Amino acid sequence: MKFLSKFYIGLIFLILYAPILVVIIFSFNASGSLSNFAGFSLYWYRELFRDGEALAALKNSLFLAVTSSCLATLIGTLAAFAISRSKNKYYKRTAESVSNIPMMNPDIVTGVSMMLLFVGVGAIIGLGDTLGMWTMLIAHTTFNLPYAILQILPRFRQMDKSLTEAALDLGCTPAQTFFRVELPYIMPGVISGLMMGFTLSLDDFVISHFVSSPDFKTLPLYIYNQTAHEVKFSMYALCTLMMVAILILLIAVNVAGSAGESRQRKKDRKLSGGSKVR
Amino acid sequence: MKKRSVFERIAAAPHLLWSAIFIVAPLLFVIYFAFTDREGSFTFENILSLSSYSHTFVMSLGFSLIATTVCFLIGYPLAYCMARMSEKTRNVLLVLLMLPMWISLLIRTYSLMALLDNGGIVSTFLTRLGFQKLTFIGTDAAVILGMIYDFLPYMVLPIYTTMTKLDRRYLEAAADLGCNNRQTLFRVIFPLSMPGVISGITMVFVPSISTFYISQKLGGGSFDLIGDTIERQFKNAVTYHTGAAISLVMMILILISLAIMNKFSDSEEDIIV
Amino acid sequence: MDKKVLIRLDGISKAYDGETVLDNLSLEIHDKEFITLLGPSGCGKTTTLRIIGGFETPDDGDVFFDGARINDVPPYQRQVNTVFQRYALFPHLNVFDNIAFGLRLRKCPDAEIKTKVKEMLAMVNLKGFERRRVSTLSGGQQQRVAIARALVNQPKVLLLDEPLSALDLKLRKDMQNELKNIQHQTGITFIYVTHDQEEALSMSDTVVVMENGHIQQIGSPTDIYNEPVNAFVADFIGESNIVDGVMLEDRRAKFAGHVFDCVDGGFEKNESVDVVVRPEDVDVVSPERGMLKGLVTTVTFRGVHYEIIVDVAGFKWMIQTTDFVAEGETIGLSIDPDAIHIMKKSEFSGMFGDYSSFSDELDKLSDVTEEMEEE
Repeated sequence: MKFLSKFYIGLIFLILYAPILVVIIFSFNASGSLSNFAGFSLYWYRELFRDGEALAALKNSLFLAVTSSCLATLIGTLAAFAISRSKNKYYKRTAESVSNIPMMNPDIVTGVSMMLLFVGVGAIIGLGDTLGMWTMLIAHTTFNLPYAILQILPRFRQMDKSLTEAALDLGCTPAQTFFRVELPYIMPGVISGLMMGFTLSLDDFVISHFVSSPDFKTLPLYIYNQTAHEVKFSMYALCTLMMVAILILLIAVNVAGSAGESRQRKKDRKLSGGSKVR
Repeated sequence: MKKRSVFERIAAAPHLLWSAIFIVAPLLFVIYFAFTDREGSFTFENILSLSSYSHTFVMSLGFSLIATTVCFLIGYPLAYCMARMSEKTRNVLLVLLMLPMWISLLIRTYSLMALLDNGGIVSTFLTRLGFQKLTFIGTDAAVILGMIYDFLPYMVLPIYTTMTKLDRRYLEAAADLGCNNRQTLFRVIFPLSMPGVISGITMVFVPSISTFYISQKLGGGSFDLIGDTIERQFKNAVTYHTGAAISLVMMILILISLAIMNKFSDSEEDIIV
Repeated sequence: MDKKVLIRLDGISKAYDGETVLDNLSLEIHDKEFITLLGPSGCGKTTTLRIIGGFETPDDGDVFFDGARINDVPPYQRQVNTVFQRYALFPHLNVFDNIAFGLRLRKCPDAEIKTKVKEMLAMVNLKGFERRRVSTLSGGQQQRVAIARALVNQPKVLLLDEPLSALDLKLRKDMQNELKNIQHQTGITFIYVTHDQEEALSMSDTVVVMENGHIQQIGSPTDIYNEPVNAFVADFIGESNIVDGVMLEDRRAKFAGHVFDCVDGGFEKNESVDVVVRPEDVDVVSPERGMLKGLVTTVTFRGVHYEIIVDVAGFKWMIQTTDFVAEGETIGLSIDPDAIHIMKKSEFSGMFGDYSSFSDELDKLSDVTEEMEEE
């Protein structure tokens, strides 16, 4: 029974990873063929970095990921604060269900609806073509926002209300309370909200597909255009790089988190030992 | 305490404003476009014209239902097996499961294409073994396989989570009352993991019924799922009215199925309670 | 008590969602006093404390501090500090930074902060704990840090909201003494909220007994114990037998079918009253010498004494005695005049003080066990 379930897990994960591994392996293929591996080479990576369009897309992607995740986290933090503290049931329900909409709706509907908004408003105020960097930034912030709230709101909810009261009691104004007590408490949520927004934004294709213009492309859009009809090995290289980037990002977050924790624990242990000696 | 509530209101404002302009207003635009013609006057024409797309709707629904069912049949046992592993193994497996979810679906679809393409690994392998040359890209099976491959982790993760959160005492109680492993699975674990199953089904069904790049890449561009139709209406067509109408209908269909699903899960929970 | 009034609550009312928590409550708190708000949960004691702390605003009535109305003064501008029920230490700060929190806000110079925190840690017996994370502290240690964090700001008043409820019994006794000492040392007014009557009696200068959003009685611990004003207070503070009686004339009361001499007076002739007799004040004597005669129904060994329930003509008395009596024995009871306390009838009359429910509960419990065994 144990063997059977191990075998089953192994098989499914093999199938899950096989295509990804194929892409990674063949991105180093010296020849441009999927049928035989002609030897290890970085040819396709060189090819990729000679492509100015790819580099521009990379720049756009990073810019969007950073700005949209920061903006979404900022708005999301404030919203989570207000939702957790408000006594107005009507506001709470509205705020939470509104931020559920982009998560429930299929991406294509979110993308299409935003495209209609941008084009529609553009037509009304007489701007011809509104799509571009700004619409991308707005769209990415919008779909990052619910995830940011989702990460931060539970931290606020977990927080003992008397911590806030203790800060007020000790002389903090409400604003000071927020920055000195509440913000440090919710920091883990804020950071994971940022990371999540960053990766979501870097990864997004469907929504970007509808609100972008040809002169502002992100990496996924670039990959999509490049692979319209044929297999391009430089795209394998790009996909590999993106996967590696995401992997490094995830590892960094986890290592940073656990390292911080263990460092703290070590420090505590040392100190508690020390105080016993005294 | 009054200053506090002013602060709260200021904190709430950006989110409410942003949501109103960029979440609610766009949906109103969809509704507006769905019910107007080129001149901007009210019409049911767009909605009525959808009858010519009924084939598209039926096919999309069929494909995504098949994909969801297969994902459940593969995913539930996988989640169950994973949940029974030791904690160390479990954590490794969890990372392995979540890793693909962080990789863009576009990239994963594209990598599947590399495997299944006419000159790809699988077909080369099969021809070398002496099989006839198989064309896989462009078939129904390829598109459905793409959906399953892309969305399987979304089925496994919520089920796995509810299973590991299951209070071990229930299982011990079941064993104590005379359930063997199989009976425990069907009488205790399955009913209690229902919330995970429901959210897994939702997380697979919604993206499969609305996808367009899977059918474009693996369907060889000859497929007309709802997603493809919407995408073409918006990227190529001169007006957006039909596209908006299709989007609206799809959204409503999804909302209805989510509502049914939630009702189903609610009544399940009642039975448990 | 000729000290000046520091805090005055004047006709305070507060309701949550239409449910009244405090009803027209007035209270004066004196400088350097250790005052305890005592009552069962839901009586409004914590709400009163939170109104003084500034975390709640009264719907009606005024709060005065040192003569000035402070209804609208936010908590961070009040000269009071609070020790919270679950301590509310900031988890992201270590012990030193937690205690220094209030001083830093007041822009105290670093050197002064250092000495003050050190002093405080010495006072609460936590020398050398400066750099510890609060999560590594035990409950008792966290409690001390919370007290130090509040006291370092030298507030006029310290509010303590059931600060010892999370500690185990032994630690609680130690902390009670320590708190009392700290209050003596610092001379700060302590307003202490608890539901534990023993704690209230042993620590306070003044006890305020509350129920249903009203103050039932204010007085010193001995007053409250010996002279409860009504059946609620008598029952809530310690154990009491509360019997219906009639005041025949001053210093003569009739209850349980017998006329007793007592020390109370000032009632109408033949006025109906509640009579309180504490279980430890009833003497067990032989049946023929007793003023009352009863049948022993339950005997429980309590260590220092036996607690027995005696059925006297249908009313069950609780009596604490050091002499052993057997269940089923008929005994006589004798009560001294100064052991009898007479109270006016109140809304609580007839609700408390009969120990028949005591044994009924036991009966019910044994019924349940029998049923379970039958299954």
